[in-house]
Amino acid sequence: MRFIMTTSSFAAATSGPLLFSLPAPHRFESGAVLEGVQLAYETYGTLAPGADNAVLICHALTGDAHVAGSGSTPETARPGWWDEYVGPGRPIDTDRFFVICSNILGSCYGSTGPASINPATGTPYGLSFPVVTITDMVRAQHALVSHFGIERLCAVVGGSLGGMQVLEWAARYPDMVEAAIPIATTTRHSAQAIAFNEVARQSVISDPNWRQGEYYGGAAPDLGLAVARMIGHITYLSDESMHAKFGRNLQDRENLSFNFETDFQVESYLHHQGRKFVQRFDANSFLYVTKAADYFDLGLERPDSHAAQAFAKTRTRFLVVSFTSDWLYPTYQSRALVAHLQRGGRDVSFCEITEKWGHDAFLLPNSHFANILGGFLRHVC
Amino acid sequence: MSVNANIHAAENESLRFDQQVIASWITEGSRVLDLGCGDGVLLDYLVREKHVHGTGIELEESRAAHCIGRGLSVVHGNVNEELPHYPDNAFDYVIVSQTLQQVHRPSRMLEQLLRVGRCGIVSFPNFGYWRVRLQAMFAGRAPRTRELPYEWHDTPNIRVLTLRDFRQYAREIPFRITRQAAVAMPAGTLEPRQVTLLPNLRASYGIFMIEDMAGSRPASDNQ
Repeated sequence: MRFIMTTSSFAAATSGPLLFSLPAPHRFESGAVLEGVQLAYETYGTLAPGADNAVLICHALTGDAHVAGSGSTPETARPGWWDEYVGPGRPIDTDRFFVICSNILGSCYGSTGPASINPATGTPYGLSFPVVTITDMVRAQHALVSHFGIERLCAVVGGSLGGMQVLEWAARYPDMVEAAIPIATTTRHSAQAIAFNEVARQSVISDPNWRQGEYYGGAAPDLGLAVARMIGHITYLSDESMHAKFGRNLQDRENLSFNFETDFQVESYLHHQGRKFVQRFDANSFLYVTKAADYFDLGLERPDSHAAQAFAKTRTRFLVVSFTSDWLYPTYQSRALVAHLQRGGRDVSFCEITEKWGHDAFLLPNSHFANILGGFLRHVC
Repeated sequence: MSVNANIHAAENESLRFDQQVIASWITEGSRVLDLGCGDGVLLDYLVREKHVHGTGIELEESRAAHCIGRGLSVVHGNVNEELPHYPDNAFDYVIVSQTLQQVHRPSRMLEQLLRVGRCGIVSFPNFGYWRVRLQAMFAGRAPRTRELPYEWHDTPNIRVLTLRDFRQYAREIPFRITRQAAVAMPAGTLEPRQVTLLPNLRASYGIFMIEDMAGSRPASDNQ
């Protein structure tokens, strides 16, 4: 153990995201090197004296470090993005586990990304920010985890893009991961998933306000980013959930308009999601994080890939979860991972949960999912 | 896929009587795969009491979820689709408890089972049991017994076999039967009783340990 932080240092956990400065320049997978990289993070619960009760939660595409809302200030008490599953007595029990969640590299919720100021120029990086991969995100998280003196994580948990980080953790640092819980995710971004991301990126890029990413201080490419988010939202839902939520219901009108105003509730919903998103997310960060998803491929079919090598002898316990109506990362992709681990004789559990909410299901309340997650974690560490 | 929850003994999480026999055959610390592991009662017992490295496969979502939630390593899926993923001799024992009579392609399953396991342990309800025979003969209806509590239209048991059928099947496939037990549970008890006299008539369950014909493979193959 390099050092053990006292319990009191973590009292700050309830006062909003903290900033961690990477102790060394970050060498990106692309070869680029950046100094002064920071991660915004939050922690919940108390790190045990042996630093042996930590769980790392990895957030999805546009999430942040605020995974649960157990803080005492208005800012930290606001519901977290995974409140349902993280907190005292919840499946990821903060009475027992010391939970860490950090904002991913390249994002815009406090961690270094394209909207951060480049100290060399005094202006935002914009497109001069290096392209970020899942590996880059995970290596930065590794520095944060090591900073706490944690040599082994009880579990690394995450859904969607967070699940990709979980898999990269298990592949890159197998001896540090007791249990890996990749949820509603994939080992390689499919052509279909890349296609949706590319349409979304082109929407941003073709907004005249985007100006090669040099929009800071001026009008932002809000229209392009809003359409990009609308595309994303379609992939997060399902035929069934859209039917259940909206059907063909009209929005604030009795009859069809016979023009191109908003007729249907589903249109209104997407517009609303787009408008909301541009207020909270940076357009350049959106380009970077979607690119990171597209570049993700564990390369399990290549025996010499780092993931195949690690998974051939890993002692990590895997819990893989998928949802029936998720067509962005369909169950067959999770099953391919499970089959790979079975072939290698590794310890793997898998459940496909029947749920109509599409890819979004992992963020929503589900008693089966809660029981699986909570029960599995009770038997870890 | 399994009928575990429907049989009284599982209600209080104690082992069903065929499971007690199976558990007694499993070596401490061995590698075990339970096909159609249901709510995980047997697997949980083996992991806790026999310290086995246990894995289960279960088709029904709620049961697979239950198993995972109790800390077992279980894959939610179809036995015939999952078995081919495992390497040869990945397990010392592959258990098929109350599942054989419910699968569509039992021969394919047994072939895979004998590939991935050093040996298989198969248990199934004996349709040659005298109560079953009497019901069919005198009531003129599809039999319902304590072990087979279903109506013809809702039974998961799509295969009807007797102990004698299974031994005949062993000669045809072929595979070796290395150990067997015919058991009955006298009315009003939960204690299994071994049946040695006229087992195909008097036993309600059959339990067989089987190996593939090349079972005399050199020990080094199993290293």
